[in-house]
Amino acid sequence: MKRLFPAPWLSLVLWGLWLLLNLSLSAGNLLLGAALAVLAPLLMAPLRPLPVRLHRPGVIIGLVLRVGADVVVSNLQVGWAVWNAGRRPPNSAFVKVPLDLRDANGLAALSMICTVIPGTVWSELALDRSILLVHVFDLADEAQFIEHFKTTYERPLMEIFE
Amino acid sequence: MSEFIELPRWAEWLTAALVLCSSLFALSGALGLLRMKDFFQRMHPPALASTLGAWCVALASIVYFSALKEGPVLHAWLIPILLAITMPVTTLLLARAALFRKRMAGDPVPAEVSSRRNDG
Repeated sequence: MKRLFPAPWLSLVLWGLWLLLNLSLSAGNLLLGAALAVLAPLLMAPLRPLPVRLHRPGVIIGLVLRVGADVVVSNLQVGWAVWNAGRRPPNSAFVKVPLDLRDANGLAALSMICTVIPGTVWSELALDRSILLVHVFDLADEAQFIEHFKTTYERPLMEIFE
Repeated sequence: MSEFIELPRWAEWLTAALVLCSSLFALSGALGLLRMKDFFQRMHPPALASTLGAWCVALASIVYFSALKEGPVLHAWLIPILLAITMPVTTLLLARAALFRKRMAGDPVPAEVSSRRNDG
């Protein structure tokens, strides 16, 4: 069983995804989706993905909602700054954020959050994962940005992944 | 498709507003790409099209087809999720390549954040 399904959750999600994309529960789609769910993790195994262990589902939901709201706000800010760039050019800057999060999957999630929010671009992560270089589109106050980044995104991720 | 299907008025208006909203964000993203001065600044505005731009279209599709089929049709929301998962790959690649080139050229960008190992 373990050999056939090295990542049971991934298999389940892939199966569900396939059925959702096709919007049908016909026998053919059930079989095709199941084949995909068995084969994909087996093909991925040589890449040696780190096993994911998630804690605190409540925190996950809170974080997703928070990021969604922040994306909307950041979209409006960047959009406004673009139309207003003639009068007031955005104050772009690189910010070095000291990180406490070390889990690779957690960092992957953090990079997703950082990229999805239009106002920030993940630029470089130190080899020892202690410093993250972020490019901020319109920076008001560096210390405040770091504080906001660490408390709203990094801390929940540490609770979820570590 | 010969038969004209009547949608409730509110669904038509909501779909139209969402699609219009989405095009506005896509336009802002394109304009930003044109107006911003340096490479790293230009990385930000196109994200408008792939976040709120895409979200609004997905929402519009959900509203339209849910009203049409008189039940929730939510699978369009998979598009924003898959976009969010794949976007970091290209963004990170571009940012890292730009940093590398600018450092080589001696442009004013921050130095490498990794401290080199001493034993090498």
